[in-house]
Amino acid sequence: MSVDSIFVHKMWNDHEISKMVEGGVPFPMLSDGGGKVGAAYGIYDAEAGVENRGRFIIDPDGLIQAYEVLTPPVGRHVAETLRQIQAYQYVRASKGTEATPSGWKPGKPTLKPGPALVGKVWEVWQTSMESD
Amino acid sequence: MVQSSKAGCARPTGGLVGQPQAPAQDQQAPSATKEATQMIHVGKQAPDFTAPAYHKGEFTAVKLSDYLGKWVVLCFYPGDFTFV
Repeated sequence: MSVDSIFVHKMWNDHEISKMVEGGVPFPMLSDGGGKVGAAYGIYDAEAGVENRGRFIIDPDGLIQAYEVLTPPVGRHVAETLRQIQAYQYVRASKGTEATPSGWKPGKPTLKPGPALVGKVWEVWQTSMESD
Repeated sequence: MVQSSKAGCARPTGGLVGQPQAPAQDQQAPSATKEATQMIHVGKQAPDFTAPAYHKGEFTAVKLSDYLGKWVVLCFYPGDFTFV
């Protein structure tokens, strides 16, 4: 979503993005002329008249589970967004009985929060697991 | 979920759902503090909205609440023809 019109979205998709991604953008490109939606999400820069790089993960109940906001010059890292979605989906499927520690990705051990875990995280999680 | 919109010269607009059209958003100085207090919160409902969209060759309209039951990633970026 950006403040550009759907007509500009079409030109960008058809003339540039489709040269980088086969078939073009696979999801809807939304238009937020005037930044009304961006303002509600707290990422519209009224002075510059553009949206900042806000990214929101919204769960099936419509609740915002995570967000990240970057100013324009720095781009995102999409793999981290996908990792967070996988973690939220895992936690949701466990109905809150499991949590994903720092550095978790699919296949790595999770934590089971409760009295037995207090003071024992060091036994099941090491700092080397944070960024491997 | 999405319906094709009529072709025309008018530039379609969207907006928030379930909120009165507040002209206050266009004001300069007062809105800065207002936006700060309006920052969304994790664990809370995502503000619902409708927005015109371009999707696979069609002009459509998207309403966030139509996606209840699915995971949604909502991404904002400064402008077309820049990087994302």
